[in-house]
Amino acid sequence: MSVLVFAETSEGKFKKSAFEVTSYGKKVAEQLGTNVVVLTINSNEPTLLYMYGAEKVLNVSNDALRTFNAKVYANIIKQAAEKENSKLVIIDSNANAIYLAPTLAVNLSAGYASNVVALPTSTSPFTLKRKTFSNKAFNYTELTTDCKVISLAKNSFGLVENKVDGNVEEFSPQLIESGLTSTSVEQTTGKVTIADADVVVSGGRGLKGPENWGMIEELADVFGAATACSKPVSDLGWRPHSEHVGQTGKPVASNLYVAVGISGAIQHLAGVNSSKVKVVINTDPEAPFFKAADYGIIGDAFEVVPKLIEKLKEFKANNA
Amino acid sequence: MKILVCISHVPDTTSKINFTDNDSKFDSNGVQYVINPYDEFALTRAMWFKEKQGATVTVVNVGNVSTEPTLRKALAIGADDAIRVNAEPTDGFAVAKELAEVVKNGGFNLVLAGKESSDYNGGMVPGMLAALLDFSFVNACIGLEIEGEKATISREIDGGKEILSSNLPLIIAGQKGLVEEKDLRIPNMRGIMMARKKPLTVVEPINSEAATSIISFEKQAAKAACKMVDADNVDELIRLLHNEAKVI
Repeated sequence: MSVLVFAETSEGKFKKSAFEVTSYGKKVAEQLGTNVVVLTINSNEPTLLYMYGAEKVLNVSNDALRTFNAKVYANIIKQAAEKENSKLVIIDSNANAIYLAPTLAVNLSAGYASNVVALPTSTSPFTLKRKTFSNKAFNYTELTTDCKVISLAKNSFGLVENKVDGNVEEFSPQLIESGLTSTSVEQTTGKVTIADADVVVSGGRGLKGPENWGMIEELADVFGAATACSKPVSDLGWRPHSEHVGQTGKPVASNLYVAVGISGAIQHLAGVNSSKVKVVINTDPEAPFFKAADYGIIGDAFEVVPKLIEKLKEFKANNA
Repeated sequence: MKILVCISHVPDTTSKINFTDNDSKFDSNGVQYVINPYDEFALTRAMWFKEKQGATVTVVNVGNVSTEPTLRKALAIGADDAIRVNAEPTDGFAVAKELAEVVKNGGFNLVLAGKESSDYNGGMVPGMLAALLDFSFVNACIGLEIEGEKATISREIDGGKEILSSNLPLIIAGQKGLVEEKDLRIPNMRGIMMARKKPLTVVEPINSEAATSIISFEKQAAKAACKMVDADNVDELIRLLHNEAKVI
């Protein structure tokens, strides 16, 4: 048996999470005393996965798969798992991966654990640590089925270099019909998304109005960050829903989260808990966010943010 | 159109999360339960189909008798009837198998659910249900229109959205965008009175087998105190982020 990892591509390129999930799969395979096989679809450069321990890469090249389809992709992963006699399939937690995962689990009659944050704490029984209660806690889940599917939470394991001499095998699975047709895809290109960003700069009601977002965008630019906002801001229509982070919005698992003018309601904190380092800028020293932050500045955003932009530009210029 | 809306019974989003019995169980002491926020978007969209297109709306929950007030709330919002599958919802796969029976027996052709529950966050029941029934399925749904047998669905993707089309039967896992926050409904007195008389059917489970079990819980580790930096000294913040936190 081997461990099967699904490494997702976008426009032929691997997402960062593809390398993370490969790094993770390699370590799990070591724990189980077996090898790792990585499946990828329409990758321009499958050999990049060797760096993260992929001994064997199955590459599917098929123009019919340019557009993601959860049912079709899940079926391909199933075929790969059967071909490689894999009882454990590992995927990341991007929108497409968590879309196809439940279908894959049913296809394989597998137990499925999402939001996994660490290597198995035990392989027999197979036990995983997962985020739960909207990031307010963790649980330890035992998977009791023969076949297992797990989805690794973003930025929870990191990239682990582990260069191997791998090989790439072309794989031509059967394609099934899905009944679901993609009619259009609208995607902003060239802009960092909240899902992929290493740094996220987020604004709250403390910014007083949508006209003041210029400095948030500028700060995000200097950081190379994605912009986000609190729930009231998206409810007021100051910013699009797609920027709302928090318990019922997008979860953020970046390395750095900078919150400007956000007081830190419990639902907001739940959504950003998984970020590694949190910086809070707020006029109110009693804002609950300071209790959850790593670094804080008590001050007026309209004074602090421009200064931060200026100093950060200097820093970037000196450390370029 | 026969719509089934899956309702999860979850702690209010402001709840403090604690565990009992040696951290093996969630401590529900003093916790208020509500309709899962993601399911509320689905329920509100279902009400629109009922009012504008004459659909019937049934709500369902897999749970013990304590979840009935949450189902009554959904009835007060306007669902026609409710079903409670009398089983402990221990695992997503088992819940999906129970719901598959409900869908088959009730002849539903549109199932609306939230993309995940705000307590266990599994994000698996709607997708598993669709796979078990061989219905079309769209996750992270942010828009749904139905005309006759044809559905047009938008889903959120990383950095944008995708528009899809499918025929019924269909299952969607919704979130904000399916309806706007301001469109969510609070039950009024008339709705609450009417809900008391609406049918709430209890069905016995098929006792589907779980594929996972939760052994224990752990709270987030306590955080070190926040380091405060003077507003006139943002250089210090940059230094800390670079040298100490090593994130820039």
